[in-house]
Amino acid sequence: MQAELIAQDGQLQSSAIGVREDQPLSVRGLTVSYGDKPAVFSIDADFRPGEMTAIIGPNGAGKSTFLKGALGVIPRLSGDVRIFGRPVDAARARFAFVPQRASVDWDFPARAIDVVMMGLYHDIGLFRLAGSRHRTQALECLSRVGMADFAHRQIGQLSGGQQQRVFLARALAQNADLYLLDEPFAGVDAATERAIIDVLKDLKSLGRTIACVHHNLTTVTEYFDSALLLNVRKIAEGPVETTFSAGNLQATYGGRLAATHLDDVIRKTG
Amino acid sequence: MIDELLSPEFVQLSLPPIVIGILASVACALPGNFLLLRRQALIGDAISHVVLPGIVVAFLVTGVISAWPMMIGAALAAILAIVMIEVIRRIGQVEPGAAMGVVFTTLFAAGVLLLEQSDTSSVHLDVEHALHGNLESLIWFDAIGWASLTNPDALAGLPPQILRLAVVLSGVAIFLALFWKELAISTFDPAFAAAIGAPTGIVSAGLVIATAIAAVAAFDAVGSIIVIAMFICPPATARLMTNRLDRQVAWSVVFAAAAAIIGYVVAGYGPLWFGYANAVSAAGMIATVSGVLLGIACLFGPVRRRVGEAAQ
Repeated sequence: MQAELIAQDGQLQSSAIGVREDQPLSVRGLTVSYGDKPAVFSIDADFRPGEMTAIIGPNGAGKSTFLKGALGVIPRLSGDVRIFGRPVDAARARFAFVPQRASVDWDFPARAIDVVMMGLYHDIGLFRLAGSRHRTQALECLSRVGMADFAHRQIGQLSGGQQQRVFLARALAQNADLYLLDEPFAGVDAATERAIIDVLKDLKSLGRTIACVHHNLTTVTEYFDSALLLNVRKIAEGPVETTFSAGNLQATYGGRLAATHLDDVIRKTG
Repeated sequence: MIDELLSPEFVQLSLPPIVIGILASVACALPGNFLLLRRQALIGDAISHVVLPGIVVAFLVTGVISAWPMMIGAALAAILAIVMIEVIRRIGQVEPGAAMGVVFTTLFAAGVLLLEQSDTSSVHLDVEHALHGNLESLIWFDAIGWASLTNPDALAGLPPQILRLAVVLSGVAIFLALFWKELAISTFDPAFAAAIGAPTGIVSAGLVIATAIAAVAAFDAVGSIIVIAMFICPPATARLMTNRLDRQVAWSVVFAAAAAIIGYVVAGYGPLWFGYANAVSAAGMIATVSGVLLGIACLFGPVRRRVGEAAQ
């Protein structure tokens, strides 16, 4: 499949969203702005079912903003977003969002298991507190990320990689069909990266759809099936083999990615 | 000491201020836990400014000086302030701190103007009193001893602040209990809370309203010094005792009550022990004790850790 390229003059592709329940995430014309300047501008994207998609772009390209805007975590100026064919508010139980690890205060008085139980929010129900069944479920999720031994450790006493695994366990507790992770590999050790990718591949084998904001260009082809290249606007979208090309990367990163580095990336992943 | 506790004077003069001190301290400490964790601890201070126009408008509408209308007015003023902060933040694209500063000072100034322009001279609308209560004056004339606690006629003569604060404390506690999950999730990870569709806006607004109501009820009874101290000191002390949210809240209740009891006793009897004739301000001493407890916890608390210290 050809990667879709969007011309700089703003010839934007737009098509009406049909109600397609097999489409995990459909975004049309998403624009989010902080102040006068749009952080992401008129983005169309479709994550394909059962695939792992990398959201790639330089710092400040709006990768996190794209995710948070699509999920209604931050207000959007315009755009239509469907999750499994339904508006986001009607589909909140079907997706799990993992924010950037650095976005929360890990000094918060909670243990790992307390954080994972937050993923059982809808299960527990309004005005109710977690019971022993929920604790068992949370422990199961922690052991899936190799963190069962740390269930009762205060989260501030965990390493960065362990904290990231706790976040992943919380997403597992949500038992969603679509997983959206914001830089899950940022600042984690090699063992954690391995553990996380194994869990994500397990999810994929169960037919779940996954998308990650991803920084390390050298692992894109190894980990992901598809790529969404962003720099405020969408640069390209499609299967990694065709989309993750030197030309698209140059268009995405501009001068910020030195040509030698680019060659390096392409050769490594080639 | 036992003799003093059994004397009619204790029940008449000391018991009501101690109970009121405990109720006010705990009512403020409960929401204070979440304000502290959200780094909004000074919102209690700010709310004391916002409530002024609410109190004045409540008086102008009802024409009477009565605690309940004033508390409703204060709560409405707090809601108005939240809405204005959000509108200014969104339209003006400024940071929340700046929006808060603008709204709180403007509403306070509006309250002063309202107070000045309205004809309140015929009735003595004592805002000073609302801001600086007098704990020692809240005595129970009808009490003749501990037996009065079972005498309905005598109980009817209890200072009205006791019932009022008991209602407010119950309300705050029920709010925390019902929205415990939402408060915890949205305080720890607001983006996640929004993504799962937890009612973050309602919970945040509810927290500020609970804070406002606790502040106004406590101001009326015990003055602003205790209110500001109790929003911060007991929760901060409790944070140094445990790494679990439920236990932190429980500890904060213990510290708030302890500060109220120790503070009142030390203020009332302490100077006598050292040979001075006069007692000192109970409100001031309660706030001081809460600060001392925090200091002790900083030195000896089991989970004290410097901010930013590397995790092991």
